[in-house]
Amino acid sequence: MSHVLSLLVEDKPGLLTRVAGLFARRGFNIESLAVGKSEIAGLSRITVVVDVEELPLEQVTKQLNKLINVIKIVELDYSQSVQREHLLIKVRVDNVSRSQVLEAVTLFRASVVDVSTDALVIEVTGDTGKTTALLRVLEPYGIKEISQSGLLAIGRGAKSITDRVFKN
Amino acid sequence: MPPEASPLPTAPARARSTTPEMLTGSGAILRSLEKLGVTDVFGLPGGAIIPFYDELMASTAIRHILVRHEQGAGHAAEGYAAASGRVGVAIATSGPGATNLVTAIADAYMDSVPLLAITGQVFSTLMGTDAFQEADIVGITMPITKHSFLVTRPEDIPETLAAAYQIASTGRPGPVLVDITKDAQQNSAPFVWPETVELPGYRPITKAHGKQITAAAQLLAESKRPVFYVGGGVIRAGASAELLRLAEATGAPVVTTLMARGAFPDSHPQHLGMPGMHGTVPAVLGLQESDLIIALGARFDDRVTGKAELFAPDAKVVHVDIDPAEISKIRIADVPIVGDAREVVIDLTSAFAEVTSGQKPDLAAWWERLEALRAEFPLGFSEPEDGLLSPQKVIQRIGQLTGPEAVYAAGVGQHQMWAAQFIGYERPHSWLNSGGAGTMGYSVPAAMGAKVSQPDRVVWAIDGDGCFQMTNQELATCVINNIPIKVAIINNSSLGMVRQWQTLFYEGRHSFTDLNTGHETRMVPDFVKLADAYGALGIRVRTEDEIDPAILLALETNDRPVVIDFVVSRDAMVWPMVAQGVSNSLIQYAKELSPEWDDEAPPAPDASRQQGGAA
Repeated sequence: MSHVLSLLVEDKPGLLTRVAGLFARRGFNIESLAVGKSEIAGLSRITVVVDVEELPLEQVTKQLNKLINVIKIVELDYSQSVQREHLLIKVRVDNVSRSQVLEAVTLFRASVVDVSTDALVIEVTGDTGKTTALLRVLEPYGIKEISQSGLLAIGRGAKSITDRVFKN
Repeated sequence: MPPEASPLPTAPARARSTTPEMLTGSGAILRSLEKLGVTDVFGLPGGAIIPFYDELMASTAIRHILVRHEQGAGHAAEGYAAASGRVGVAIATSGPGATNLVTAIADAYMDSVPLLAITGQVFSTLMGTDAFQEADIVGITMPITKHSFLVTRPEDIPETLAAAYQIASTGRPGPVLVDITKDAQQNSAPFVWPETVELPGYRPITKAHGKQITAAAQLLAESKRPVFYVGGGVIRAGASAELLRLAEATGAPVVTTLMARGAFPDSHPQHLGMPGMHGTVPAVLGLQESDLIIALGARFDDRVTGKAELFAPDAKVVHVDIDPAEISKIRIADVPIVGDAREVVIDLTSAFAEVTSGQKPDLAAWWERLEALRAEFPLGFSEPEDGLLSPQKVIQRIGQLTGPEAVYAAGVGQHQMWAAQFIGYERPHSWLNSGGAGTMGYSVPAAMGAKVSQPDRVVWAIDGDGCFQMTNQELATCVINNIPIKVAIINNSSLGMVRQWQTLFYEGRHSFTDLNTGHETRMVPDFVKLADAYGALGIRVRTEDEIDPAILLALETNDRPVVIDFVVSRDAMVWPMVAQGVSNSLIQYAKELSPEWDDEAPPAPDASRQQGGAA
């Protein structure tokens, strides 16, 4: 079963190797990974999607916590968080299919960010369900290329992952 | 380790207002080590660490011991740490110097040894260009260090070394590597020693939750068949005295793992011995039949549990460890307790007294069973049929003639198991070995390090002929630096543990385990001549009447190292034994001899397909 982990980490060289290496070493497969700055200078945020059962998940979380540069880990439950992917999709089009593809883009509230005579680049943001559905719709036209971000996730409500980190 | 053990030793008072002194990075390394209270380091210089060695030469506070191979520096630092509880320090240059430390670092990681490894790195401007003697040692050691640092600026040196020392010595101890580029050593910066080290992602929990302690005490009070399963964490935490009080308050039996030999006195009536693959029958079956296991600083290693799913099937588990990741990793704990073993044992002792109002639980029936096992299956050995020396007897006599105040450092294999079984350990820090990693070659350098930290104790390296040939070059270091260790080579002319497995599980096909160092072989090398060549005293022992005089001569000789070549029977085997991958209930007391125990079949000979250590 897929779990979404959000890690608050110190932005140090080799950090990503430490995190990714730990998953590999303990035999866990990373399904998706997104890394970027957090709201605090010097700290980054990593969102990892990993496919494991409850018990091994506990073990991997504990092992991640042992990394000196990892400050906090929370699991983000789907219902308690907002989860989004970001995709750029290059689709083959011709004079016949272009309007149909554009219609799909509108229906999915995606947008076209590059146009050429025989292809469109479509940008879409959404949860995994939405992006998968759009890809299914576009597939018959010929998908030439996909570039996809890792899943981003943030907890719902006013609380923040950093709330309790620097109080003590 | 308790957090008090770690923090930065107080710096000599200096006027705050003065501007900080300018030091080269190399000077900053030296000053930092001095401030951390480091007095002994082991290492070998090379191009990328020369600037630091130039500073080190002038130091009066730090004794540097020049090893002959960096692996020796690593194990010496481990032995130093394991015998004293202090942080061991090993120094090497970049590239191959650093990679030669890797085995020792991995070893320290497996056995939670506080080790600080300092390596030189090529100029930061050359990094990533495949420069001469460049290796990404931080990358290489990531999976086998508690943490690692790369330093490219001299101003970062004090804080980094302070942090490294703190990480290595607190919480669950372990190795930390600090890689310092040559330009960081050469350039200068103001030396600013941090008052405290800020590590927001590192906060070991030492004080356990009171509710969990009470729950554990309750289980202990109710248990009919409890066992204290004591691991190396008790030694690292310095909890032996506290454990003795807890054990005596409860009257429950105690087993000490390979890493914990000496954590509880062997002579104590509640001690059942070592559990695991080559444990005593009472220790193995005691755990197996228990209804409650109190695991203290132990990690349910496969060599202890046998087939984990079949381990102690009726036992509830209280698991005490300072590393939360160990708890419920192998066996789900009914009562997980994260904390320092010493603090938890103290708290558990008072909670137990409260719960029981000072009444000891009635464990008479349990002890009756255990005493019966103890009477029927004492640790012992039979004389070899070939009339040659019994290795067990040699090791037993070393222990008897030297006593419990000595330090014993073993290599890996049969001799290691016999040294764990047949020497009586009465105090923590007296038994050093490579338990988790199983590193052949650990013994001689580790004994050397131990002798440096404990100059007034007798230090024995109990080694095998295979192990000895991996790291014996450190005899030169011992001779030159006046470190008079005593080495007992248990010479069975083979990689003995592998040979034992071949005998038992591979139809006696002894594939590539002959070393030709023993009886009726070419004896290459001749260990006595080798000792002589190094300037050590070499003695050969072939017959039983030569054993005691040789040991006594070794004990009297303190002006140089001693090497005794005990030429022993190669057919001796380590018993008892639980074959790999089967239930511990199937322990064999000796070949083809299992204790009466239900109607289970003896272990299938093919149950084991993995290689053991060597002797």
